[in-house]
Amino acid sequence: MTVRAAGFAGPAPVRRLATTVESYGQELVVLAVIAVLFLAVGLVNPRFLSSTNLVTIFAGNAYVAVAAIGMSMVIISGNIDVSVGSLIGVLATISGTLAVKGYPVVVAWLAPLAVGMAINAVVGVVVAYLRIPSIVATLGMLSILKGGLISVTSGAWITNLPRDYLIAQVRVFGIPFPVYAMAALTILAALWMRHSRFGRAIYAVGGNAEAARVAGIRIERSVVAVFAVHGVFAGIAAVLFATQLQVIQSTVPPNLELTVITASVVGGVSILGGTGTVIGSTLAAILFATIGSSLIFLNISAYWLRAVQGLLILATVLADMARRRRI
Amino acid sequence: MSRLVELSGISKSFGPVPVLKEISFDVRPGEVHALLGENGAGKSTLIKIIAGVVPADAGEMRVAGAPVRFSSPHEAAAHGIATVYQELLLFPELSVAENIYIGHAPRTRWNTVDWPAMRAGARALLDSLDSHDLDVDIPVGRLSVANRQRVEIAKALSQDARLVIMDEPTASLADTDARRLLEVVRRLRGRGVGIVYVSHRLPEIFALADRVTVLRDGMQVGTRAIGEVTESDLVSMMVGRAIDRLFPKSAAAPGRTVLELRGLSCRDAVRDVSLTLRTGEILGIAGLIGSGRTELALTIFGVTPATSGEILIDGKPVAIRSPAAARRLGIAYVPEDRGLQGLVRPQTVRENLSLAVLERIARALFIDRARERSLATDAIARFGIRTRGPQQPVRQLSGGNQQKVVLAKWVATEPRVLIMDEPTRGIDVGAKAEIHALMRRLAGQGLAILMISSELPEVLGMSDRVLVMSGGRVLRSFDRREATPDAVGAVMAAAGSEAAPASAEIAS
Repeated sequence: MTVRAAGFAGPAPVRRLATTVESYGQELVVLAVIAVLFLAVGLVNPRFLSSTNLVTIFAGNAYVAVAAIGMSMVIISGNIDVSVGSLIGVLATISGTLAVKGYPVVVAWLAPLAVGMAINAVVGVVVAYLRIPSIVATLGMLSILKGGLISVTSGAWITNLPRDYLIAQVRVFGIPFPVYAMAALTILAALWMRHSRFGRAIYAVGGNAEAARVAGIRIERSVVAVFAVHGVFAGIAAVLFATQLQVIQSTVPPNLELTVITASVVGGVSILGGTGTVIGSTLAAILFATIGSSLIFLNISAYWLRAVQGLLILATVLADMARRRRI
Repeated sequence: MSRLVELSGISKSFGPVPVLKEISFDVRPGEVHALLGENGAGKSTLIKIIAGVVPADAGEMRVAGAPVRFSSPHEAAAHGIATVYQELLLFPELSVAENIYIGHAPRTRWNTVDWPAMRAGARALLDSLDSHDLDVDIPVGRLSVANRQRVEIAKALSQDARLVIMDEPTASLADTDARRLLEVVRRLRGRGVGIVYVSHRLPEIFALADRVTVLRDGMQVGTRAIGEVTESDLVSMMVGRAIDRLFPKSAAAPGRTVLELRGLSCRDAVRDVSLTLRTGEILGIAGLIGSGRTELALTIFGVTPATSGEILIDGKPVAIRSPAAARRLGIAYVPEDRGLQGLVRPQTVRENLSLAVLERIARALFIDRARERSLATDAIARFGIRTRGPQQPVRQLSGGNQQKVVLAKWVATEPRVLIMDEPTRGIDVGAKAEIHALMRRLAGQGLAILMISSELPEVLGMSDRVLVMSGGRVLRSFDRREATPDAVGAVMAAAGSEAAPASAEIAS
């Protein structure tokens, strides 16, 4: 027997607030943790709140947040992509190579988006039509991309990037371009997921694929589309990553895919699919950056970052389970 | 007379919500004590307290006269109390014998599992339940639901249970299997085992129980000897009001033919089925599980497209290769399993209600929120869905209200043909009557309804015509006058005994 959920009493605004808290619970928790962290570390070391540091926190990790937007969509649809880190590495290399070879910078910026979309559309077809579980399909893609990247670049860095290519270093009103990109893409994606038929279909497919199919949603097309869109976000993330320094390392930060997946999950996207928002994943990406920076300002080894992230995953999953049990 | 168990003044709350108030309940040896009530009345909580799954907040419980306080199901088992749950708790990969003796397998001298003793013991237990046809060596996953239930009962007996609690044992069984199960329960009673029997099916309770206790909203409405009450007494005790007519009868005469099948087949599952369905008509399909009823529905709806034969809508032949095609032709399908095919559980009531009509309420790529909200508010009012509001997650609703959401979702597509597979399975009497009334009202508005049901009273009570299926074929068709319980039951029983050897071990 289930306990009937107690109805919310009180006037309409209170009820509305209660509904908001219920549907954005995880997002609000992450936001609160970020706020507490800023206050606490700021008290210990006021330089933490300096504008230079804030810019570093937000701009340096915007590409993680952008990749996590696409990842959230994929996970909401009931799938997962463990290859996104390698994909970003490949796309960044393609972008940088085009720039160095003298192609117009616009081509160097847009090519990764198209290539990312194409590669992930293939993954989507394998998952949706050949019915290979996404974790297997993307594990395969991970090996292909990683192996291909190393054999083509032999681990060499790309240098001599043209000045006007480095879009991540552009500042408008003192704020770097990646911050604008992160904010705009998050808002656009959130609205898109909430109000478009595509978004609704993705939630339905992840929540109950059979029910969605019977209701007339074309599951296969939705899955291919969500992977393709995710590929575009990976392309944007790759450009932001490639243009933030004067060189492109052919090795992206190791375990980037795990960081991206973690951001989605900590941001409230259920690993089982069907629930969560891209706002949550962006907030979680910001949280990770904040934690990383806090460790530096508190003189704690950066290696603890991984451990803290792990703790966050466990805490999130436990909170998620507790919430489900209550309902 | 001695009592196997005796509960007095039992109360229980979950958080601030009281679910049981001052319940007194007892079971004697060799007695079937039925427990009756709508969903949410507190039946499950009461049996969980007896089985040691949850502790009571207040009150006293005695087993064989001695006060007990169970802190785990294990302790209850040690006192001879076993439970056969609704969702059977068996290991599909293990054999029948292994499942029966899981956790207390007989040991040899060297403390290894004594396989011969275990198989012999399992054999003896199943024989004592008159289940000679059940092989103790095959994996439980290959058994039908009915046979798994027998394994579960044998498991209870293997632990020397003196009290067996059965939670809606026949909910997912077809009629003949249910009858066989009742026979098993009678055997148990004959051996002096006490039985707590939870069920929604009143005829069963009259056929089986010695006493019946009715719960409503956590209160004990009463405990009666079965000879002292009538069916309508029990229904009014359960719902707190008299339901004078359980099944609403049709008012209007059926109109023109909407759907016609000519020699429709789908591999071996559906064979050469021909039928007509008219506006304003409810056509009931009876038959055992595995008789091809659900497969027929899936074929018409395009989930498993037909391999031969014709489907005509309004007299014109059509091809239905996918659910999307069926929807465009005005066919809607309320599936058998609400959880699997009906609802997207994490989503809200509003999102579930609009799922099948997204393209209609969308402008270009975007969903028109205002239109969606009014669709949801309308449906909630029209179908009497009890919910906090359109924003409530659908998983929080009761079974009956979830079923109303599924029904409303499909009616929103403005279908001309509505296929309903087991429309009231597992929902309580009150909600059942509401769904029946809704179906009748929809038919009155000109909808043609094809209803599949395992409950014979429902088929007979609701249908304007009845078809009996077996082995993928339509065996016979009855009009309303001919469709008496005896006539339809006889055809089904004959079909059942014919099909039994083949369907006894169907994978499910």
